[in-house]
Amino acid sequence: MITVATNISWFLLSAAALICVTRLLRARTVANRIVALDLLLVILVSALAVYTAQTGDPSFLNVLVVVALLGFIGTALVAAFIERKGT
Amino acid sequence: MSEAIASVMLVTGSLLAFIAAVGLIRFHDVFSRMQAASKPATLGILLTLGGAALVIDRATAVAKLTLVIVLQFLTGPIGAHLIGRAVYRAGAEMELESGIDELAEYLASTEDEVRGV
Repeated sequence: MITVATNISWFLLSAAALICVTRLLRARTVANRIVALDLLLVILVSALAVYTAQTGDPSFLNVLVVVALLGFIGTALVAAFIERKGT
Repeated sequence: MSEAIASVMLVTGSLLAFIAAVGLIRFHDVFSRMQAASKPATLGILLTLGGAALVIDRATAVAKLTLVIVLQFLTGPIGAHLIGRAVYRAGAEMELESGIDELAEYLASTEDEVRGV
């Protein structure tokens, strides 16, 4: 049951990450890029949670906390950069 | 039973992340992309991390997952708001077919008083 669920989750998250990377490379402005990068970090957090559920190995949970915090700091920094320099 | 609930939560959360990514390519301006990326993704994080917390039965792991959920719910809207405000002030184009730009009307009515804040 849980194996099937995690496999479906891996598929969906991989497709989402692929779309995000495509957007990240093809976007024309910094603002579009940071939106795609933000979603990529959210997908990374979800993927780490799926890995934890699949293996029962809690060693990546610290990484999860750090990624969630650093993602916000990065977003705030780029927002300040956009506000000063323009899109 | 809790494993079945966890499976449904994991798949639904991943599906929401996928929907957010589809919104990223389907929308045409930064503002709608931003809301498409931030809202379903936040709910998706709640569901996937909640599913993982149901599967794993250690108190420290559940505490860490709860911490990440709380952090995401605090920082997600703030980050999206910061990006939206910065992009608006930097003068990004807004696609007005599907809505109205009320802030521009307000700014035009109050002249330059609030523009420099």
